[in-house]
Amino acid sequence: MRFSLWLPSLMQIALLAGGLCASPAAFSQEAAPTDLSTVRIAYLTQEVEHPPALSNLDEPPADEGLAGARLAVADNNSTGRFLKQRFDLEAVTVPIDGDPAQALRDLVAAGHRIVVLDLPGETPGALARLPEAANLLLFNAGSTDDSLRNALCAPNLLHTAPDRAMLADALAQYLAVKRWTKWLLIVGTRPEDRLYAAAVKRAAKRFGAEVVEEKTWSEDHDARRTAQAEMPVFTQGKRHDVVIVADEIGDFGDYVLYRTWEPRPVAGTQGLVPTNWHRAHEAWGAAQLQSRFKAAAQRTMLPRDHAVWAAIRAVGEAATRTRSTDPAALAAYIRGPDFTLAAFKGVPLSFRSWDGQLRQPVLLAADRSLVSVSPQDGFLHPRTELDTLGHDQPETGCRR
Amino acid sequence: MTTARSLLLAALLAGCAVPALAETVYVSNEKDNTLSIIDGATLTVTETVKVGRRPRGITLSADGKHLYICASDDDTVQVMDLATKKILHNLPSGEDPELFALHPDGKHLFIANEESNVVTIVDVPSRKVAYQVDVGVEPEGMAVSPDGKWAVNTSETTNMVHWIDTEKRAVVDNTLVDARPRYAQFSKDGGRLWVSAEIGGTLSVIDTASRKVAQTIRFKIKGVPQDRIQPVGIKLTDDGRYAFVALGPANHVAVVDAQTFAVKDYLLVGRRVWQLDLSPDQKRLYATNGVSGDVSVIDVDSLKVVKSIKVGRYPWGVAVKG
Repeated sequence: MRFSLWLPSLMQIALLAGGLCASPAAFSQEAAPTDLSTVRIAYLTQEVEHPPALSNLDEPPADEGLAGARLAVADNNSTGRFLKQRFDLEAVTVPIDGDPAQALRDLVAAGHRIVVLDLPGETPGALARLPEAANLLLFNAGSTDDSLRNALCAPNLLHTAPDRAMLADALAQYLAVKRWTKWLLIVGTRPEDRLYAAAVKRAAKRFGAEVVEEKTWSEDHDARRTAQAEMPVFTQGKRHDVVIVADEIGDFGDYVLYRTWEPRPVAGTQGLVPTNWHRAHEAWGAAQLQSRFKAAAQRTMLPRDHAVWAAIRAVGEAATRTRSTDPAALAAYIRGPDFTLAAFKGVPLSFRSWDGQLRQPVLLAADRSLVSVSPQDGFLHPRTELDTLGHDQPETGCRR
Repeated sequence: MTTARSLLLAALLAGCAVPALAETVYVSNEKDNTLSIIDGATLTVTETVKVGRRPRGITLSADGKHLYICASDDDTVQVMDLATKKILHNLPSGEDPELFALHPDGKHLFIANEESNVVTIVDVPSRKVAYQVDVGVEPEGMAVSPDGKWAVNTSETTNMVHWIDTEKRAVVDNTLVDARPRYAQFSKDGGRLWVSAEIGGTLSVIDTASRKVAQTIRFKIKGVPQDRIQPVGIKLTDDGRYAFVALGPANHVAVVDAQTFAVKDYLLVGRRVWQLDLSPDQKRLYATNGVSGDVSVIDVDSLKVVKSIKVGRYPWGVAVKG
């Protein structure tokens, strides 16, 4: 499924008047209207099969990520009209059995140089290694895999999604402040749950907490029917202050809350959740972004929406500051020391030089309230406190 | 008898270490939906008045009799009679009004509508919208030049100053500044426009004639992380000596030499200092501290913080009446 998005009505009229057709391929052939220079941004995602989860209350929206792309391009264009710059979005959704690599090759063949990848797992790392991708500016807005910031990092790949290490560190700092330092860790059976658990254990070591016991919740329980019976017994064990859940798809985690043997708070993938974005966040002008998004997408902004939005806004910010629409110039500026992005998180954001990760505050949120924002006060760093979250320069496994 | 009275008066005056000022300070409390009224003579809150929802920017009418209040969540600008402290009527402000500026003629109020990317110009006497102008994303800061020729608006996500020609009623130029411009103020002679950039952490001084950035001022405070230095409110003294800049979560007000653009001092105030206003005699500066819920009083001659006054929750705007 391919479609192109037509954003500002003025531009649309100008284009139509200019006799251009609506086929995406036409962009690479036709020059932009004389007084406008154009930045072309592609968004690449893939349909995923949602595995059956016990907690199936909320249907994931079909346009998660894409709605963030649309808003960011609209934001870029509203600045662009003052600078005679235009931003075009081409969104490509690969079917479940499709090949993202081929989709990326097609985009390159159509002249695209800037691509936002909203793809899970290690796929962004593999795409960045394609020979055709060598001269691209790629953003990973969909994968939290730590491997992409370490062994699988690539010089042409930046990350606006936080990695699991950043999320776990953000939670660990808060739990350290609360002095809830003894953790019972419950891990699902999926590979990504084990990656999340690994990040939690790494964070415990970094911030002086202890995983007193680790248990695996295997799929042979039906928690909805038997959680009341199963969960209290399951959470019995060594003395702990808090239960940490690693259940990325939301299979059983919600059934841990209020069912523990001891009266203990739940955090991790459910309960108190570390995330790059949450609907309860309203400080630092975030209320404006939330309501702008809601008006455009008819739903609340989700973490992937924000990561995609941040990637495309980074391109817009670079185009504004350099007054250029040349992809190479934009890429150089975004990676350079002067680049900062205002992303409604209270501090300027920038990309780490050693692994391309966007350094950013991490929100700690419950369902209907923002509990805290990490880095917590007192966790110091010589460069910026944001580098207390995730993989810092001395410990990076990125050799690019 | 006359001699005795003047002697008594002289004694009274000499006995006052801090001259008893007749000024009144109005502070909007964003999360309390109230206005705190501070007596400048005693520096205490004398009254707290209920106003519309989420009050933010406030400014005095040209004759000083009325206070205009942006009630953001009520999508209106309220007009309060300062003698009775009653709301007289509302002005049609457009959606989510945040900050505004009054034209020197006292008639046109320029209102930034944060959520709809426009500036609404209200004709105050007729209480009607005179016109609207499209600007960038999240318009916030507003200022009108002393000669009334220019109205400027800063847009927080577009990162620009939009120059509205008040005769042509249209944006005729745009100046790019650093990230998230929050506040703008013209110098008394109108020759320069000062603009703060919250996320950029800078202050831009723009030449009005060329509409180009002439100076960029940066801040550095020992022991405060650089990314916490987030300039918001600006106030310039009429004598052209100082520019005061509220630095947000850095919890300091910077004192800038308005001639050399050098930063002269940093004054420690409350938490997340937002907006500023000077007393009419320019001897005192009042600063709202959003997170700590108080107002810091700064003596301009000695550049010392002399008092902090507890007000409501999240004090936002401040206006001082002589």
